[in-house]
Amino acid sequence: MNKESNDIVATSREWEPRIVAFFCNWCTYTAADLAGVSRMKYAPNVRIIRVMCSGRIDPQFVLDAFAKGADGVLIGGCHPGDCHYIEGNYKALRRFRLLRRMLQDMGIEDARLRLEWVSASEGEKVKSVINDMVEKVKALGPLGLPARFKEWDREIEALEEEIRTEEVEANV
Amino acid sequence: MSDKPKVAFYWCASCGGCEESIVDLAEDILMVLEAVDIIFWPVALDFKKKDVEALPDGAILVTMINGSIRTSEQEAMARLLRRKSKILIAYGACAYLGGIPSLANQFSRERILQYVYEEAPSVQNSDRTRPVTRFQDDGRTATLPEFRNVTRSLDQVVDVDYYLPGCAPTPKILKEALLTLLSGNLPPRGTVLAPDIALCDECPRKDTKPTDLCFTEFKRPHWTQFDPEKCLLAQGVVCMGPATRGGCEALCIKGNMPCTGCFGPTSRVKDQGAKILSSLASSVNAKDEAEIDRILSNIPDPVGTFYRYGLARSLLRRKVVTKE
Repeated sequence: MNKESNDIVATSREWEPRIVAFFCNWCTYTAADLAGVSRMKYAPNVRIIRVMCSGRIDPQFVLDAFAKGADGVLIGGCHPGDCHYIEGNYKALRRFRLLRRMLQDMGIEDARLRLEWVSASEGEKVKSVINDMVEKVKALGPLGLPARFKEWDREIEALEEEIRTEEVEANV
Repeated sequence: MSDKPKVAFYWCASCGGCEESIVDLAEDILMVLEAVDIIFWPVALDFKKKDVEALPDGAILVTMINGSIRTSEQEAMARLLRRKSKILIAYGACAYLGGIPSLANQFSRERILQYVYEEAPSVQNSDRTRPVTRFQDDGRTATLPEFRNVTRSLDQVVDVDYYLPGCAPTPKILKEALLTLLSGNLPPRGTVLAPDIALCDECPRKDTKPTDLCFTEFKRPHWTQFDPEKCLLAQGVVCMGPATRGGCEALCIKGNMPCTGCFGPTSRVKDQGAKILSSLASSVNAKDEAEIDRILSNIPDPVGTFYRYGLARSLLRRKVVTKE
């Protein structure tokens, strides 16, 4: 990890990753429900957002999640061939392939964006995928974009302060 | 000086194309000069910063700033002109979204300076001299602006009232904007002064755009000659039209080249790059990973293609972890 992100880590010693999960209504969300009623234990780091289909997940949702402080984004859809809307999950897969490549170019590691096919009966898979992803994102450390944005903009705040001081002095 | 409304133009990190686009008004510029006094325009007129400083706050009706913000001097000028102006307009893609200069947000400040002052093929600098912000010579002090870590759009530095999109804005857009501002009938603050609908709507090839695009291969513009009548997306070319605001009257497409997105997104879109990525990728005609990747491999630089004019104002703003 580089220096910049180490500084951000230093401010939060008990850091836990925050992962935003977009689960499709018909398969993965139902599977997460199953995991719940089956009282399976999995890491509490995931905030699940239910969407009607993985094909509904606009890449803007993913970037917005990162920009607002997510350390990872998990997308869950029906297995290929099982989509309730016939082809939505293929659209999700195609977007995911290009989005991940673009995120690499923007310095966001592969493990922070994950796509998994989980059917309604695979409660166990929800558990193992979430636990595994939390572990991998933990190993990467925080992405912490909101903190980084603040850090990047400190340089312009400094000038604003300087100009204000000059004006005050000029008016005295 | 007359009591005509005062107008100022300024440039920051830009190529000069936006300045030329003002002259591109051709004879309409006489109409502008009749209606307003241009009190500051470094590229064309000999007024100085101190002339602006001498004005009371809010004395300028409209200031148009083009170019993105990279140095402390540009920031200071933006703040000064903001204070002296009633209306501040981000003029052109760079001021509005960061523009081409904000593609530098893919690299750290150190990497840029290292390349420009040490590694670029035409550079001979064995002492590895770098510019410094303060320099003493013969008892005199010379200063240079600070080069910032990030390239910014104008509204990431000061409040902006209106935006004029385009690289550069077309004379038509500029003329309409000036007439609107002079009429006193002002649109809501923050408005982009161009139609709020995607370019495809005014594209002359609109009728040839299929309902379902089905990409089996992406063709790069220098590979082949394109059919001048048919939708470029239907010919497998990355055209930013669907994710780009109209208003340019499809200039590039009329030249048989794809839209590269310089008018930025419409008001319903937060992130132009993500939106075109979504549109193009979902129409790839393949269902397995290897084939999808093969087809998408002809988009070798997604960031540079999808955020050509808007990386600074994208959701991620810049490359995140910069390993030196």
